[in-house]
Amino acid sequence: MKNITLNRFGFQIVALLLVLIITTLILLSVGAQPLQIYKDMLTGSVGSVKKISDVLVSWVPLLLVTAGLLITFAAGLWNIGVEGQVTLGAIGTTMLLRSLQDSGMNPALILGLSILAGMVSGALWAALAGALKTFGGVNEIFGGLGLNFVATALTIFLIFGPWKRPGTGSMSGTEPFAEPLHLTLFENLRLSPWALAVAIVGIVFVYFLLQGTYFGLRLKAVGKNFRAAYLLGIPTWQYMLFSFLLCGALAGAAGALQVTGVYYRLIPAISSGYGYLGLMVAMLINYQAIWAAPIAFFFAALNIGSIQLPILHKLDSSLSGVLQGMLVLFVLLAEGVRQRLTPRT
Amino acid sequence: MEPELILTGLAGVLFAASPIIFAVTGETITERAGVINLSMNGTILLSAMGGFAASSRTDSLLAGFLAGAAIGALVALVVAFASITLKQSQVAVGFVLALTCRDLAYFLGNSYMGVSGPRVPAWDLPGLSQIPVLGQLFFHHDVMTYLSFLVIFLAWAWIFRTRPGLMLQGIGERPASAYVRGANVNLMRYVYTIIGGAIIGLAGPTYSLSVKAGWNGTISGLDGFGWIALSITIFGGWNPLRAAFGAYLFGLLQWLGLALQPSLPNIPSQVLQVAPFPLMILTLLLVNIGDAEWVDRTLASLPESVRRFFTRAFRALRASPPAALGVPFERD
Repeated sequence: MKNITLNRFGFQIVALLLVLIITTLILLSVGAQPLQIYKDMLTGSVGSVKKISDVLVSWVPLLLVTAGLLITFAAGLWNIGVEGQVTLGAIGTTMLLRSLQDSGMNPALILGLSILAGMVSGALWAALAGALKTFGGVNEIFGGLGLNFVATALTIFLIFGPWKRPGTGSMSGTEPFAEPLHLTLFENLRLSPWALAVAIVGIVFVYFLLQGTYFGLRLKAVGKNFRAAYLLGIPTWQYMLFSFLLCGALAGAAGALQVTGVYYRLIPAISSGYGYLGLMVAMLINYQAIWAAPIAFFFAALNIGSIQLPILHKLDSSLSGVLQGMLVLFVLLAEGVRQRLTPRT
Repeated sequence: MEPELILTGLAGVLFAASPIIFAVTGETITERAGVINLSMNGTILLSAMGGFAASSRTDSLLAGFLAGAAIGALVALVVAFASITLKQSQVAVGFVLALTCRDLAYFLGNSYMGVSGPRVPAWDLPGLSQIPVLGQLFFHHDVMTYLSFLVIFLAWAWIFRTRPGLMLQGIGERPASAYVRGANVNLMRYVYTIIGGAIIGLAGPTYSLSVKAGWNGTISGLDGFGWIALSITIFGGWNPLRAAFGAYLFGLLQWLGLALQPSLPNIPSQVLQVAPFPLMILTLLLVNIGDAEWVDRTLASLPESVRRFFTRAFRALRASPPAALGVPFERD
């Protein structure tokens, strides 16, 4: 009876079942029919090619953000400021698009440069949180939260101030960009192959960075034991700052693609909570890059499926957030129970 | 501006800050015990919705506040169970709860949107409200605002002036020593996390039944309060008095933003609403920078008189967290 390690997978199944039971009870308490709702959410997310492509539209930013966060988590950092880094990515992209749209340059070149500008802006915003952490001693959670609010304020200021639509500014955002400055879409769908490609490149890059490089190994050493890494001669604060930069660049790419491939303008809620959702995905997959793509797809499907709720059942679409949150919570709790029940050796 | 108008505005700041006061005080007590309750933003929204729903169903204000406190205590219990008993990351569990409770509030509150419900009536304290200036500032509110004044001093007195309070400081600073002195560290952490959670839970109904009565889902204007309150807790250096000062300062800055709006027509009001945040980051920086290593090194290279000034300034501002904050306690 030595060395019994209880099956992790089994505990996760139990957690999933508990989430389903509780969600069903919540639905019953508001007088809804749970089975019908699950069915509508399923057909609303993967019921047709068009729906699946909508899920992928939401999968792209979520996957990019998750990929970025895997880097900061590897360095032991809670980069909650990722939400603001998405926003700044969108702002940087919009800024370059605005200044180049009448320059007569090749639209494809403008688009490429703008997305790059978004990545740089996201990285710089992340570097700010990183500098506050490494040089100012400000915990990255609180610095990041504050910077998120500042990023939102900046967006609103730009939309109602310098970048306002001809006439008066409105919550609907800036003036949309002309057709040539939109990313090409698949025919009859809202999904852009370019955006899809960027997201896939992003997660593959992070997977190999963390699994197959010396840099990734040392980064994980910094995250696992800061003091030991420092004593081993790893330049710890440079590694932390650099992980912020990389995460910010990926989050910035997510924001850039929202502007160039989804909204074609800057809107007040451009980050749409993808940053916070990415943190949840990263936690649920226990920071393993290999699971990021499928779980991010599942979360995106819940988001898209829940759009049916207000339309068909007069319920709030935030049910998806409740499901996602409870799933992460119960998997964390199940892991805790498993560790407690596993005899220590 | 008219002096009368300024006085009304300042009294409004004290009134509007009451939910943040409850939140900050509850979090301060929790963190003093060594536990971070990061779920605050969700807890406040859920307790605001739950409190409003309970009191509009029963037509009893008391039921609303009890429901709010119960929700706060329950969420805190989950944080305590996950972190103390199951040894999971407090930050992770708290963050997940912050998002989940927020969405749960929006989902369950859907049918209470825009419903009219009870509201805590204004109550001028007899006698005291007649005092010129001070009376108008402090004693023309409702019972929850008075309770918010009271809870600041009660928490402060409990932490710094009583024996159990000394033990509370002990389990947050040096749990091992407190354990040797006979404290059941983990049980006390449970108790203080739950009590702190209940106080945080009062913040919600104080908003939805008093400051801005009603439940309006995502446009209630309450989302974000919890994150602000978390920053203010740190700004407050885990001292209820300093935390309350931070909460009022934040309210004052927001009010100034609105009051100055007419003279700054080029800046949209939404920007002025969040103007305190950069200031908040700046203060966090000032509070923490004394701990950074490079500051020590730079200071050491400065001439004696300059160095003494800066060292003193940093020490006055500095706020060190309880040493065992976020660290699980195991007796072995």
